Amino acid sequence: MPTPPRPKLAVWKFASCDGCQLSVLDCEDELLALADKVEIANFREASSAVIDGPYDLSLVEGSVTTPEDERRIKEVRAQSRVLVTIGACATAGGIQGLRNFADVDEYRRVVYAHPEYIQTLATSTPIADHVPVDFELRGCPISKAQLLELISAYLGGRAPNLPNESVCIECKRRGNVCVVVAKGTPCLGPVTQAGCGAICPSFHRGCYGCFGPQGSPNVPSMLRHLHDLGMAPPAVQRVFRTFNPLAPAFKSASEAATSDEER
Amino acid sequence: MTERTIAVDYLARVEGEGSLKVRIHGGEVEDVALQIFEPPRFFEAFLRGRAYTEAPDITARICGICPVAYQMSSTHAMERALGMKVDGPLRELRRLLYAGEWIESHALHIYLLHAPDFLGYPDAVHLAKDHPEAVRRGLALKKTGNHLMQVLGGREIHPINVRVGGFYRTPSVDELLALRPELERALALAEETVRFAAGLEFPDVEEDYEFVALRHEHEYPMNEGEVVSNRGVHIPMSQYEDVFEEQQVPHSTALHSVRKEAGSYLVGPLARYALNFDHLGPHAQHAAKEAGLGTVVRNPYRSIVVRAVEILYACEEALRILDHYSPPPAPYVEPPSSFPASVGMAISEAPRGMLYHRYRLSPEGLIEEAKIVAPTSQNQKRIEDDLRHLIARSLSLDDAGLTGACERAVRNHDPCISCSTHFLALDIERS
Repeated sequence: MPTPPRPKLAVWKFASCDGCQLSVLDCEDELLALADKVEIANFREASSAVIDGPYDLSLVEGSVTTPEDERRIKEVRAQSRVLVTIGACATAGGIQGLRNFADVDEYRRVVYAHPEYIQTLATSTPIADHVPVDFELRGCPISKAQLLELISAYLGGRAPNLPNESVCIECKRRGNVCVVVAKGTPCLGPVTQAGCGAICPSFHRGCYGCFGPQGSPNVPSMLRHLHDLGMAPPAVQRVFRTFNPLAPAFKSASEAATSDEER
Repeated sequence: MTERTIAVDYLARVEGEGSLKVRIHGGEVEDVALQIFEPPRFFEAFLRGRAYTEAPDITARICGICPVAYQMSSTHAMERALGMKVDGPLRELRRLLYAGEWIESHALHIYLLHAPDFLGYPDAVHLAKDHPEAVRRGLALKKTGNHLMQVLGGREIHPINVRVGGFYRTPSVDELLALRPELERALALAEETVRFAAGLEFPDVEEDYEFVALRHEHEYPMNEGEVVSNRGVHIPMSQYEDVFEEQQVPHSTALHSVRKEAGSYLVGPLARYALNFDHLGPHAQHAAKEAGLGTVVRNPYRSIVVRAVEILYACEEALRILDHYSPPPAPYVEPPSSFPASVGMAISEAPRGMLYHRYRLSPEGLIEEAKIVAPTSQNQKRIEDDLRHLIARSLSLDDAGLTGACERAVRNHDPCISCSTHFLALDIERS
């Protein structure tokens, strides 16, 4: 009996640190089994063999920051049956999204002696600002377990089981002592989406929000708590304006942090 | 006269986005440009106004392959600015974390990115069909490196446990000793890796490199030491910018580094090894000798063997550290609550070579200026020199053959393009 063709997987990179696509290669125990189930058709960081599209499943890492990438993401979408963004850059602009709050010409002059050589957009934008996205994996970086769940669900033809509850839920399940209650450590756990395994509180530090906002974040309450824990408004603004600066709930929190009515 | 151009639009099996363009005119190589089109992300610009405490988490995001390197260079730079000294078990734990990253990054490059070149496969998945034991060995080593980073750092990519002054939480003796059996297996796998790498076929090439690396009085360098070269450089880290400078070239979003009045130089495993062979552990030295390596390796293709020796060293060093570990009195040294405006710089040895950070801080502890020089931008000019020599002796190859040879020569140096953008597609033009 002939074996059915395996779905074709592609991994694409836009502006990013490569960490989320490295997560695929970090699945040391599953990588070879995965390669039996899907055909790794286009993954430049891992292979010099490229099979032409269309692709069944595209994983997109990174944000759009150049005129060329604005064009390329449309091409990737056109070649992809299912497009999943992986990580904070692709879903919320990434740390390079901080340029959206600044003057990019000034940035260019700070880093480069000849800014005229550098082609860049004034903004870093999530993939969904440019093309329809079928699913997003959060995190800076994404969680390997969530990546494997997503691919398994895709192969099984079911919805992935990736809850948008808060880090607090995960933290409680892990049996951690709450760092806010026990030590007064500022922690974004209540407003941040689970998925990391609540690692920061497990290491006695507050969550810094690298998975972006959870499904129903109570931002005003979070801002009051951070203030009561002694964080100065500029520090509160910075903590929301880091790895997911353009996620709507975090963006509005960063704007409210330094406005008078919130204090 | 015929003009040939050879172009690789998108180099594969390197971290990040780059291309290569070569122009050949009448049998002479006219131009070689390693182009980096990785989009600029402007870290040095948006670090301004951030608290000094944020630099380890933020700069880690320059590179998902070597985040620990960014965390180490930034914490040490901040500690120098604040006049702090971190010693004892905290210093050892930092070496242990770095050992994890060296193991993970080198195993990734050796087995998943570089070995396919030697054995004629497009990638590790295809390699695994004929050489499953080799790929499984590579994945097992990589997993051990990642496991070390999980235990010490919370996770392997962008660890969350590093802070200025030390760590948020330090491990118990039992947590570290639990790693011992896995590290002993990794040590044996690393020995096999040196033999595997040494058994590959190498083109007979030697390059006349100026090697630049840290050198420490007592140990193989990671976070401390002086900057030395095989051509007489011997300076404290603080004089790095007096001796080396970055230049911007039109074809690249990465800045090129040179030694002033001398030109290109090489950082990374070949340089560290040549300048620090005497500080490798007994297992690593023995394995290097058995593999037929001298104390200096100038053949860039043999860098795969040197990386394997460094994995072995990292396993030895990790075992040494965990056997002697006793937890520090506190997980971190408390930074001073007030300090004058100050400047601090540090260099650490990332898997790909020296990584320089310098910060100027305000008395409020905010970053006023940041400068970061990644290993690949230091190597970029030297990689172009390797290519120029390769092409000059390979002109008889057809375009496909020459393109493949150029890509291989680039991968010898494990360029990390995400890092150096402020950092490569091959375009060969023959006339």
